[in-house]
Amino acid sequence: MKQRGILMGLAVVAAAVLAVSLAGQAQRAGTLPADVQSLIEAKGLTPDQVRAAIQTYVPPGKYDEYLMFSSAGQGGQVLVFGIPSMRLLRVIGVFAPEPWQGYGVGSEETETVLGWRSKDPRLAWGDTHHPALSETNGEYDGKWLFINDKAGSRIAVIDLRDFATKQIVQNPNAVSNHGAVVSPNTEYVLEVTQYAGPFPFRYVPLTQENYNRHFRGLATFWKFDRGKGRIDVSKSFQIELPPYWQDLADFGKLESHGWAFWNSFNSERAIGGTLEKKPPVEIGASARDMDYLHIVNWKRAEELVAQGKYQVVNGMKVIRLKDAVEAGILYLAPEPKSPHGLDVAPRGDYIVVGGKLDPNATVYSFRKIQEAIRNKAFSGRDDYGVPILKFDAVVAAQVKLGLGPLHTMFDDKGNAYTSLFLDSAVAKWTLGPPYNPPDRAWKLVQKLPVQYNIGHLTAVEGDTVKPGGKYLVALNKWSVDQYRNVGPLLPQNFQLIDISGEEMKLLSNTPIGIGEPHLAQIIRMDRVKSWETYPVGTNPLTMRPDPNATKPGQQRIVRQGRTVHVYMTAMRSHYVPDRVRVKRGDTVVFHITNIERTKDAIHGFAIDRHNVNLSLEPGKTETVVLRAERPGVYPFYCTEFCSALHLEMMGYLEIEP
Amino acid sequence: MKAKTRGGLRQVGLVLGAAALLAASLAVPYWQLTLYAPQYPGGLRALVYLTHVAGDAQEISNLNHYIGMKALDEAAPVERALAIPLVLLFGALAVVSGSRRGPWRWLLRLPLVLFPLGFFADLSAWLWYYGHSMDPTAPIRLEPFMPVVLGRGVIAQFRTVAQFHVGFYLALGASLLALYDLRRKEPRAAQVRAESVARPAEVAAR
Ligand SMILES: [Cu+2]
Repeated sequence: MKQRGILMGLAVVAAAVLAVSLAGQAQRAGTLPADVQSLIEAKGLTPDQVRAAIQTYVPPGKYDEYLMFSSAGQGGQVLVFGIPSMRLLRVIGVFAPEPWQGYGVGSEETETVLGWRSKDPRLAWGDTHHPALSETNGEYDGKWLFINDKAGSRIAVIDLRDFATKQIVQNPNAVSNHGAVVSPNTEYVLEVTQYAGPFPFRYVPLTQENYNRHFRGLATFWKFDRGKGRIDVSKSFQIELPPYWQDLADFGKLESHGWAFWNSFNSERAIGGTLEKKPPVEIGASARDMDYLHIVNWKRAEELVAQGKYQVVNGMKVIRLKDAVEAGILYLAPEPKSPHGLDVAPRGDYIVVGGKLDPNATVYSFRKIQEAIRNKAFSGRDDYGVPILKFDAVVAAQVKLGLGPLHTMFDDKGNAYTSLFLDSAVAKWTLGPPYNPPDRAWKLVQKLPVQYNIGHLTAVEGDTVKPGGKYLVALNKWSVDQYRNVGPLLPQNFQLIDISGEEMKLLSNTPIGIGEPHLAQIIRMDRVKSWETYPVGTNPLTMRPDPNATKPGQQRIVRQGRTVHVYMTAMRSHYVPDRVRVKRGDTVVFHITNIERTKDAIHGFAIDRHNVNLSLEPGKTETVVLRAERPGVYPFYCTEFCSALHLEMMGYLEIEP
Repeated sequence: MKAKTRGGLRQVGLVLGAAALLAASLAVPYWQLTLYAPQYPGGLRALVYLTHVAGDAQEISNLNHYIGMKALDEAAPVERALAIPLVLLFGALAVVSGSRRGPWRWLLRLPLVLFPLGFFADLSAWLWYYGHSMDPTAPIRLEPFMPVVLGRGVIAQFRTVAQFHVGFYLALGASLLALYDLRRKEPRAAQVRAESVARPAEVAAR
C-alpha cells in the first residue's frame, strides 16, 4: 500500500539521521585530537583545570552570561567584568577623572557631576567600596548602580543606560561612610558612617569626654527618585546614632521589609593616642567581648519624618537619637566582638553577621527579634539609652566556620558562602529551616582555600530575594605568589569559583591592577539594557536633547562680549568649524555634537596643553568651558581612532595676545 | 454613465487594482543596496523609496564622502518631489482608461505600464551620474565607474549587492495587470465568468 511505503521511507530516513547523529556524538565524546592532548600535557594541566578552562572560555564574538560590577577601591571607579570569562569590559569614571571616557577632564557635564563647578575643594579621588544595583521587588532591575566613597562620605548614581555617573551627593554631616545598599524597591540608598565625627560637624577638641558627648554616628537614607534617576536630598533623612563605628548594613526584605540592620565595632569608643603611650585604636577597640548589632525600623522613621519630628542640620532632616529610641526606631543586640559583614538571607528571615575576630557566623532570626521587641526582652540600655535585646532571645544559630569570617552570600539551594579572611578560604554552609530540613541545618559543608586574604565575595545575584547560584567570585586582598612580580605593589586577585555542584571548584584567577576592590555584584546579562548610541543631540547629564546641540549646516561661532560660543559638529573625519580664533582673556564655550548615528563611531576632542579631552559617543553633545589664558595656536584633535583619516580630524584654536 | 458589460466591469476592476498596487508601492522601498565589510557585521543597507532613502543611507553617504561621492539623499530631488503626484496621476489615468475604447484605452494607461521601466532607467542614470561626478579633491580618488544597478560589485573594502525591493515588484505587478487586458478583444459576458476565476491565478504566477 501507498501508506506503508511512506512509513517505510520515513523509518529509513529516521534511522539514517540517528546513525549520523550518533556518529557525530561518538566523535565529540571520543579522545581529543593529538595536538590538543599534547598541549594539555605540555602545560601539565589536570582534568579539573582543563574543565575550568573550557568552562570559562568565551569564544571570540560570543558573550558572557553575567556582568559583574566591582568597586575599584582607591581607584575611585567602577569596573565592569564579564562572567565567566572575567574579562574587563568597562571602567566607569565615578570619583576620579577617567580621561578615556572624557570624565573630569574638561567637560562641563562630568565636572558638574564631580562637584568641581561648585566652590568646594576639588576631590580628585574616592575610595569606592560597595556597589549596589537598583532593585525591584528585591531583585536587580539593571537600571542604576550606586556606589559609596568612604573617604569623602559621598554616594554616586550611575545610569546603566549609558554606564555613566550622573550624580554624586556629599553627606554634609558625616565624615566617612562604609557602603551603599538599596532597599527592595530602591526607595532608599542607605549610607552608614564608618568613623564617628562631631555632630553637627564642626571642630571639637578630641578628648574622651568630648568624644562620648559630641561625637555621633549617622545613618543616611538617601531618597531615590526613579522618575528623575536622581537622589532627592529634600526627601532624604538621617538617624543620629551612638558614636560606635557603624559598619556594613543591609536592608530587610520580604518578611523583614521595612527594617534595616547594620553592625558596629568600637563600642569601647577608643580614640587612640599612640604617641602618648595610650593603646592604639586596634587594641582599644577590641577590648570588649561584644559589640552591637543595630536594628532599625526605617518605615517608622519615615513616619516620624512625615510628622515633622526631625531637626534640619546642614540641610538634612535628622531624627535625633532620643526621638529614635522613644519611637521604637532603634534597638541594639549584642554581637561577638568586632564583627564585619552583615547580610540578610534571601527570604529576609535571617541576618548573618561575620565574626571577624570570632570564628562563628552569628545568625539572628528576624521573628525572634520582633518577639523580643514585643516582650521587651532587654538586657539593659547603652550609655545613650538605646535598648539592648537579649542575645539568646534573638539568635537563631551560631555556625563555626573558621578564622576571620567576614561576608556572606547565598545561592539558590539554601546554602550560604562566607569569606574567611584569616583562613584564606570560602566556607560553604547550610541555612536552617525553611531552606533546609532541621537535620541538615546550620552545617559547614566545605572550605575552599583561596589565594589569599579574602575580603568580600560575591555570588550571582547572591544578595537578592532570588539568588542565581552558579558562580561566586572571591575578592582577595593579597596575591603574593599568584602572578609574576610587577614591583612591590601587587595586583589584587579575583578568583572565579563554580558553585553549581555540591563541591565548590576554583576556576580562574584575574589580577586587578587599578586599586583594591571591596565588593562586587553579579547580574544576569539580559537584565541590563543599555543604549547603543545616544539619540543625536543628547546631553549625557540630563539624557535629554541638549538645547545647544548643533545640526549640520548650523555650525557657527558667536561672540557675546568676552564669551565666544562655538557650535561645533564632529563626524568622520572633521570638525565644523575647525578654526577658532579668540582673544586672551575670552571665555570659550565649545558645544560639540557628534552627529554620527553609527554604533562605535566615537570621536574625541582634546586641546593641546589643556585639561580637555571629551569622549563623544555617537549622538552625544558635550560642553567645554575654557578660559583663553596663554596666547598661542593650539591644535585640537580627535583622540579616538575613528577612521582612516582620523589623524586629519583636527583643527586649530588661536588665542591672540 | 452608460451601462457597462461584465467585461467592462472587469476592466475597470483590473486597472483599479493596478492603480492601487502602484499607490501601495509608495510605502515600500523599490531598490536596496547592501554593503558588506568586516567592521559592519550586519552589513549596511540603503533602501531607496520613490520619495526618500532610508536604512543606513546616512552612514553610507558618510563613507562615500571619502571617495568624493555625493550623499545619497541628494539624488533625484525632482523625481522624489513629484513621486506622489505622478503616481496618483498615472493611477488615475489608468482607471479612466478602463472605461475607454480604442487608442485611449491604450494611451491612458501607458504611463503606469512603463512606470517600472522608467524607475529603472532613472535609477541607472543617477547611479551613472554618481559614479561619474565624484569630487576630484576627495581623499581617496577612484576612476569614474558605473555602480552596479543589479547584482554584485566591489568598492574599496566593501562588497555590494544591489537588488530590487518590494515596491518595484508592486509596480511591476501593476504594469502587468494593466497590460493583461490589452491583449484581449472586447470580451463576451459568457467568457468572462470562466476567466474571472482562472486568470488572477495566472497573473499571480508571473
Ligand atoms: Cu574622530
